[in-house]
Amino acid sequence: MPPEERQLVLDAGAVERTLQRMAQDIVRQTPDPRLLVLIGVQRRGVELAARLAASVAAAAHVDVPRGSLDITLYRDDLEVVGPRPLIGPTSLPVALDGRHAWIVDDVLFSGRTVRAALDQLADFGRPARIGLAVLVDRGGRELPIQADVIGEKVTTAPGDRVDVLVRELDGRDAVEVLRAAPAGKGKPKP
Amino acid sequence: MSRALGKDLLGLEHLSADDLRLILDTAEPFKEISERAIKKVPVLRGKTIVNLFFEPSTRTRISFEFAEKRLSADTVNVGSTGSSVVKGETLVDTARNLEAMRIDMVVMRHGSSGAAKFLAERIESNVINAGDGKHEHPTQGLLDLLTIRDHRPIAGTKVCIVGDVLHSRVARSNIWGLLKLGAEVAVCGPQTLLPLGIGELGVTVFRRVEEAIEWADVLNVLRLQLERMQAGYVPSTREYYRVFGVTLERLERSTRELIIMHPGPMNRGVEIDSRVADGPHAVILDQVTNGVAVRMAVLYLLAGGKPELAESAKGAPER
Repeated sequence: MPPEERQLVLDAGAVERTLQRMAQDIVRQTPDPRLLVLIGVQRRGVELAARLAASVAAAAHVDVPRGSLDITLYRDDLEVVGPRPLIGPTSLPVALDGRHAWIVDDVLFSGRTVRAALDQLADFGRPARIGLAVLVDRGGRELPIQADVIGEKVTTAPGDRVDVLVRELDGRDAVEVLRAAPAGKGKPKP
Repeated sequence: MSRALGKDLLGLEHLSADDLRLILDTAEPFKEISERAIKKVPVLRGKTIVNLFFEPSTRTRISFEFAEKRLSADTVNVGSTGSSVVKGETLVDTARNLEAMRIDMVVMRHGSSGAAKFLAERIESNVINAGDGKHEHPTQGLLDLLTIRDHRPIAGTKVCIVGDVLHSRVARSNIWGLLKLGAEVAVCGPQTLLPLGIGELGVTVFRRVEEAIEWADVLNVLRLQLERMQAGYVPSTREYYRVFGVTLERLERSTRELIIMHPGPMNRGVEIDSRVADGPHAVILDQVTNGVAVRMAVLYLLAGGKPELAESAKGAPER
């Protein structure tokens, strides 16, 4: 096991404050909150979307429908991922046509997940607008994709790993960066 | 945990319980795709799949074709009539010629037991057995497992396979799959239609259908395969119905809440009463719906994914 440096970027309180601010940004960027739908990308995006939806609903006094998206079947790298990843549920509770949809994910990196999510949403309908909200933008884009709402920007090297922990799945809220050891190989998230 | 099935799906006999659970768990999200307005995902885009059916089939062939198309694969159907098979071409030659046209997968139904394995050993494409003689019909076994699991946990469930077990590849795939996942399995039918030594598999044998109904949580009623029988297995279909038919009267005498399955096509009034087939306990059409999802899962799990490329791609997890 090569030595790795684990660095705390956001603790539980900071995650909570960041999500609050993101919710306000989402409201500010949505002309008609009644048309909102928040769509979390499996897995941790789903939990984050749920929390953002609750905050947005409280701030804008509207019901905010939520959906979840598993983009596995829309990935462009299935040829190279080897053993197949298990697919999580996709569920979109409302028709997307005319809605202001927000894609919510934990980390924005290459942009390929967002590309896949956009393709998948197009198969479900034609939202009036699609926005992108991410808790962490770690740079390293491979596609011309940017987020509209960003919780925290983190500078990373390609081999680093950004871990977003949510209490629903991980028992606590945190954002941590695992810096790859200079000589050794990083152990990326599967 | 390994999440790879290998190159082919030839039967359930040699799969592990983990393999079976992987396929069933993968089938769950695929159910939802068939409920969408646009029933298509791009995951097998650019893959070419040949459905090679040397025996008649409606349900299985169409189910595979839907599964393939909903995953965006390109499909070609080849039947034995109207192809070079009638000119005497061997199975391997047919398949090698198809491979020369750069295909990725073959889904094959064949009248000879072992035909799928024979083919899989000789071509590079993935081979999925869609029924080989009296041997196995793995995707039917899987969709039956999925349908049972929709209603109750498979482990501990009592499943009785009723009828023509001898000629049934469905029965064989069911028995392997159910036993591996911890179900209790029984068979019931006339002695002439039960394979010799079936008890050695760990399967209970009932001679009377009334006993089977009293014991079971699930009845999987098999079709009397008249086309595979020479005369002499049963005196007549009417007598078979009288003794072994799953009738409403027999079910009403049971105190248990039964689930009734049938792999189709049904002979109404031979092995199953119409009032049972259309009744509240029947999940026969759910089986058909699940068939598409389970086949999508198998196609997805077998297709593509080159492990040697995976190592190099690991440096950059997708975000």
